Amino acid sequence: MKLGFSPQEELFRAECADWLTAQMAGEFADIKGIASLTEKAERRKEWEQHLGVHKWSCIGWPPEWGGRGASLAEQVIFAEEYARAGVPGRVNHIGVELAGPTLLAFGTEEQKKRFLPDIAAGKTIFCQGFSEPNAGSDLASVRTKARLEDGHWVVNGQKIWTSLAHISDWIFVIARSEEGSKGPKGLTFLMMKIDQPGIDIRPIKQINGDAEFNETFFTDATCPSDSLIGTVGEGWKIAMGLLAFERGVSTLGQQMAFRNELDSLIAAAKRNGAANDPLIRQRIAKAEIGLRLMRFGALRMLSNSDHSKVDGAALTYKIQWATWRRNLGELAMDVLGQMGEVTNTVGYEWELLPNLFLYSRADTIYGGTNQIQRNMIAERALGMPREPRGDA
Amino acid sequence: MEFAFTEEQQMIGETAFAFFAENATSERTRRAMAGNGIDRALWSSFCTELGLAGIALPETYGGAGLGMIEFALVAEAAGAQVAALPLLGLATAARAIAAGGSDNQKSKWLPKLLSGEAIAGFAGMPKADYADGKLNGTFDLVAHGAIADVFVFVVPGKAWIVCADAPGVSVLPYTTMDQTRPLAKVVLENAPAEALSDPESAIGAVHSGGWICLAAEALGGAQSALDRTIAYAKERVQFGRAIGSFQAYKHRLADMMIEIEQARSAVYWAACAVDEGSGDAAIALHAAKSFCADTFFMCASNMIQLHGGIGFTWDHDAHLFFKRARSVQTMLGNGNFHREQVATMVLGEIA
Repeated sequence: MKLGFSPQEELFRAECADWLTAQMAGEFADIKGIASLTEKAERRKEWEQHLGVHKWSCIGWPPEWGGRGASLAEQVIFAEEYARAGVPGRVNHIGVELAGPTLLAFGTEEQKKRFLPDIAAGKTIFCQGFSEPNAGSDLASVRTKARLEDGHWVVNGQKIWTSLAHISDWIFVIARSEEGSKGPKGLTFLMMKIDQPGIDIRPIKQINGDAEFNETFFTDATCPSDSLIGTVGEGWKIAMGLLAFERGVSTLGQQMAFRNELDSLIAAAKRNGAANDPLIRQRIAKAEIGLRLMRFGALRMLSNSDHSKVDGAALTYKIQWATWRRNLGELAMDVLGQMGEVTNTVGYEWELLPNLFLYSRADTIYGGTNQIQRNMIAERALGMPREPRGDA
Repeated sequence: MEFAFTEEQQMIGETAFAFFAENATSERTRRAMAGNGIDRALWSSFCTELGLAGIALPETYGGAGLGMIEFALVAEAAGAQVAALPLLGLATAARAIAAGGSDNQKSKWLPKLLSGEAIAGFAGMPKADYADGKLNGTFDLVAHGAIADVFVFVVPGKAWIVCADAPGVSVLPYTTMDQTRPLAKVVLENAPAEALSDPESAIGAVHSGGWICLAAEALGGAQSALDRTIAYAKERVQFGRAIGSFQAYKHRLADMMIEIEQARSAVYWAACAVDEGSGDAAIALHAAKSFCADTFFMCASNMIQLHGGIGFTWDHDAHLFFKRARSVQTMLGNGNFHREQVATMVLGEIA
């Protein structure tokens, strides 16, 4: 067990930091520090391509697909320096962190050639079509249908909460390809081009006024017959494999964004005197401790090379960070006092924090609610009997 | 950077867990509780047969020369059984002598402490009077104080070794809630005391050793509380179903695991940071002590609740965990104290 980095790794850190800082001071200074995922989307797409040109987009991927074959430690370092330099979140995080690894694990050579270089180059932005109005926590009950017709899949139905669909080029969907099938059986995993008449995207305005999520309607939308990953009817297996990638190295980059949020809260508390309140101090200490433990939890998860069995500890990660961030949002409002009510006002410097308070209510819902997370932990990690299932 | 145990560390952990699971049985612990709070035979075989007492102490004096990660694995294993052993004395007093004592003091005490021949107690107080080799003052709430042969006492900037059988030393045992680690008051009236030549190092060693010891045994205790509750959840049937199939029950188990996994990160982060001399060692220690103690208490209190009536009985072991957890929360600085240290690091002092 070792926490320190080697001299070569520290050199790599310096290289990452130098390059990222230079970009944020130069050509891409206009996007530095943006917290929202939707702001300046076109410039953010240019940033994706810029990363691709300099081979910083998917450093953990094999070089043949546009990566650097970077070690775990190097990926950790890059994720940390990325956030430290104030670089905004990746608008193609779904392509880079979910679609790409899924293709690497389950795709055919032809599919890898078609998609991976373009994802790494920032030319193909992906979004994810899993949830439906009636398939939320019970994800396997999807109703969107897919049928093969004249060498094409024809897709009909509705997806919801498709994050960033409005700026994406491709969407992957799970759809029911076997008439009359129920639950996880009879689903197929398809990659579809978004720019076509059969796909209609409508934004959903959220409680923070932003619109990162969308409803996506499929009306005789099509894709070629070889657009599926895996085989017909085994889409659930692919979807579950994909969700496991959500606990990858990207979690460390996400944590650095959390670091920036906590630092902003600490700065506000020092400025307005809340830092002198012993109760606030206790809560800030708890937040600091929670964030540090999140980092070492992620490092443990990533250092675990035994993938043959369920990593129970990894199952606790989602509810841990989501709850931490929701608590941070509530703490931010207590630190700001009545100034926390102020939003979207020119010259107001703490705007990040009230927005965090609102946005973090989604964290404990999307990607599996805290309640579903607890079920999963109890059933998969602790071996408790499964919830009784009603007839679908 | 590799946040996983080496093969050697895994082996140490497995050996220690197997040893305590087999030997630190409920029956033996209860016998120790009815007596003076130590299973002396178990302590001897831990020190001599298993040879793990000196795991993190120098080889010159009979230790294994390994680090706090290895020590934490041992403390976690002992904590998992709520073993009635004076491990904390090793983690504090013996480490203080090793870090801040003279060669003579080390060779006089360390071999005896590591072989189990002598038992050490530790306490710190805000002040005591020392002049001409004599110490006056009261050192209260010394863990396993009534059976200790030697004490290390500290006040800010100073540390001493005091023999329990020296003239002027009165040891007054308390009856305590946690009978696996009873406390005692030690009153010194012109008691002969040997100063440790490097008190700052000694106090640093007490802090890292003591806090990691308590955090690691809390982690082990919390995990045991969860494991034992899981076993009960599978076997106990109500309304025609195993009670572990009810969401209200499952979600509490899940909450326990969520805290425990963070506590595990905390213990080994702190141990690693101390071993590597990292600048984060101080914040890691405060984080580990406060977080793990709270996790242990949360898990032990859930253990009672989730066992229902049987969990409230003396015969069931749940109360051993519950009482140990409560005592660990306060010992060597309570949660608020440690969190305030963290707050000072990130916010500065209160203006």
